[in-house]
Amino acid sequence: MDSSQLLGITTFTYLFSTILYAVIFIFKAKKLGPAATIFTIVAFLVQTVGLLLRWKESYDMGFGHAPLTNMYESVVFFAWTIIFLYLLIEWKFKTRVIGAFAVPFAFLAMAYGSFAGGITREINPLVPALQSNWLLAHVVTCFIGYAAFAVAAGLGIMYLMKNMSESRQTTNDDTLLGTLPPLKIIDDITHKTMVFGFLWLSVGIITGAIWANSAWGTYWSWDPKETWSLITWFFYAITLHARYTRGWSGVRIAWLAIFGFVCVVFTYYGVNFLLAGLHSYGSS
Amino acid sequence: MKKNNPVFAFFASVKLALLILFLLATTSIIGTIIPQKESYQWYVQNYNESTANLFQVLSIPDMYNSWWFLGLLGLLSINLIVCSIDRFPGVWKQITADNLSTKISRIRKMRLSRNWDSAEDKTITTSVLKQKLGQKGWQVEERERDDDTLLFAQKGALTRTGVYIVHASILVIFLGAIVGEITGFKGSVMLPETKATDSIFTFDTRESIHLGFEVLCNRFDIEFYDSGMPKAYKSHLSVFENGKHILDKEIVVNDPLTYKGITFYQSSYQAYEQFLLTVTDLESKKTETVILPFQQQQTLTDLEGVRIGIVNAEAMGQTITNMKVWFDDGEGAASTFWLNAGNQATVERSGKKYSVAGKQMYATGLQVAKDPGVWIVYIGCGMMILGLFIAFFMSHRRIWILIGRQNETTTVILTGSANKNKNGFEETFYTLADTLAPDEEK
Ligand code: HEM
Repeated sequence: MDSSQLLGITTFTYLFSTILYAVIFIFKAKKLGPAATIFTIVAFLVQTVGLLLRWKESYDMGFGHAPLTNMYESVVFFAWTIIFLYLLIEWKFKTRVIGAFAVPFAFLAMAYGSFAGGITREINPLVPALQSNWLLAHVVTCFIGYAAFAVAAGLGIMYLMKNMSESRQTTNDDTLLGTLPPLKIIDDITHKTMVFGFLWLSVGIITGAIWANSAWGTYWSWDPKETWSLITWFFYAITLHARYTRGWSGVRIAWLAIFGFVCVVFTYYGVNFLLAGLHSYGSS
Repeated sequence: MKKNNPVFAFFASVKLALLILFLLATTSIIGTIIPQKESYQWYVQNYNESTANLFQVLSIPDMYNSWWFLGLLGLLSINLIVCSIDRFPGVWKQITADNLSTKISRIRKMRLSRNWDSAEDKTITTSVLKQKLGQKGWQVEERERDDDTLLFAQKGALTRTGVYIVHASILVIFLGAIVGEITGFKGSVMLPETKATDSIFTFDTRESIHLGFEVLCNRFDIEFYDSGMPKAYKSHLSVFENGKHILDKEIVVNDPLTYKGITFYQSSYQAYEQFLLTVTDLESKKTETVILPFQQQQTLTDLEGVRIGIVNAEAMGQTITNMKVWFDDGEGAASTFWLNAGNQATVERSGKKYSVAGKQMYATGLQVAKDPGVWIVYIGCGMMILGLFIAFFMSHRRIWILIGRQNETTTVILTGSANKNKNGFEETFYTLADTLAPDEEK
């Protein structure tokens, strides 16, 4: 069994998790809830082993490094972090159905990494510029932030769906969306998830700047990737202020959570493929 | 003056902050789409003349240094400063407030509260409560209020400054950037092996800057993985000051050399069609290094009578892997032999032995930066993370206990409040109430 097989299996288990949540959601099969959670935990463990194995394999090949250095590895880590955060939220806030909105993001990330053309899935050694612990810290912290924003976007979608059905006054405990937590709680968890993401994104930008300074002597050079991460950061800063000082909540925050994640996806993915810059290593 | 001065109110408003942040976020996009710092001609070619002129007027080609972008950052700073002047005194008042003088009527009306009666008399009840609170880490203060006794304890009063630490951190980072801009420079130098320099060229003005010392490149090497991918770029540098050798360091990408505040980063290289050969007479230990063009012989100066040349070479891409050396010391026929780049070979001549080491000649491309502001920026970054952590995850929690006497019984009112994470505090509050209240109240 090698890491690529395990990670391949992970893709399908996350697909199955997604389907399981959809079934619970559509057929109101609440009883399947624990099964979906347990299944997701198992998939998460398989992925964890896959990642660790990939790490070990790189050492066996003679140039060991953490599996966080190209597009494929970052997508896999992104999926891993989303599931980790989702399980954490489920445990902390004791709400189960959130998985229906978070797990699909992890599945999409894995599927993209596994099947999209133009992405190397091989383990490659590091070019000199990438041999840095600051880089490692930078990638890890950024992706924790990105994953939190993904979960927040999932919660935003959840909020809007529930809100729509409530305003049509069709919600009672038997309907499709009745199983979701109350709006106020979704709103609160969305906000907390964004706050968590904002802290990690800040640390991610800072460690990235320190890395750039140790490699080139400039902590900030306004290359497109840096600039987009700053744009994303401004965006979430606006969201936090709008909530904290102007009392925005509910539908507005839900939309901001979704739109913010669009910024994240562009920073992470769009910049590599649509714009050029120092960070173009991600496109290999 | 402050509150009713419209100019002050304008600059203190959060609405302005939201507008500025929005403008910064949206205008920043421009520079990620339109390539920056190209020449006027470039924009004319890639867009057209009138667009290029418009770009010029709006400073689009260098927008992150343009008057309007820096203006927005300046406005953000003013906004932050004025907003803090407006609000911080109030926050400080809350931090240093005398909570034992809180109105009794307010305490009675607080949302989080729990009442019970105590069988003990007032003094004993008070001292038991104080002791129990002390065990839970609450520092209790006490004051007599009319006939009642008021106890107060708080945690995390200073966490109210978290937001202000975040806001100040932004100003500190700006300050660091300005200090770096004024007192520092960024430049580069292409330094051939065996050569030294005492000046470098800046990026923006291409002017030459004197370092005040000399940097010598002894050697530059590239290492490869088996796949042919570059593994490491290494420059062996030495620093000399007033002719005195100061230090040696091998730098690689991510591990620069710093001397007197000036840092040298490994950033690029250039390969020459020339060779660097070092010949050592193994008896006299005399050694000499020469730069040899391809297929030209050269006479050494220190090693008498020795002539040397490269007659052939093998390359992998741009990189020479093997070279064929021609060697003559005037004693008998010349020797020719293959030498691996980076290795050395021993040449046995009639009676004499030499060692010859050879490699392709390179120049190392160094980025050179002096930025005394970078530490200020890093301090700002540290403040930001600290401040965010405090603002997001810590809160100011306060509890009051009012102990009175009514109809031969002791009455106790416990109240509390937190400025953040109110749900979390509610749990803490009720757990605390359970520990404080006598058993039958649970
Ligand atoms: C990029 C710039 C900024 C960042 C990163 C930032 C960050 C923050 C953070 C993290 C909070 C705490 C929010 C919470 O607890 O949920 C906050 C609150 C606040 N910010 Fe900013 N801020 C920025 C710019 C500004 C500006 C320019 C103003 C000017 C008016 C401002 C005014 C405020 C105010 C009034 C609060 C609420 C403070 C309170 O009453 O507790 N912020 N900010």
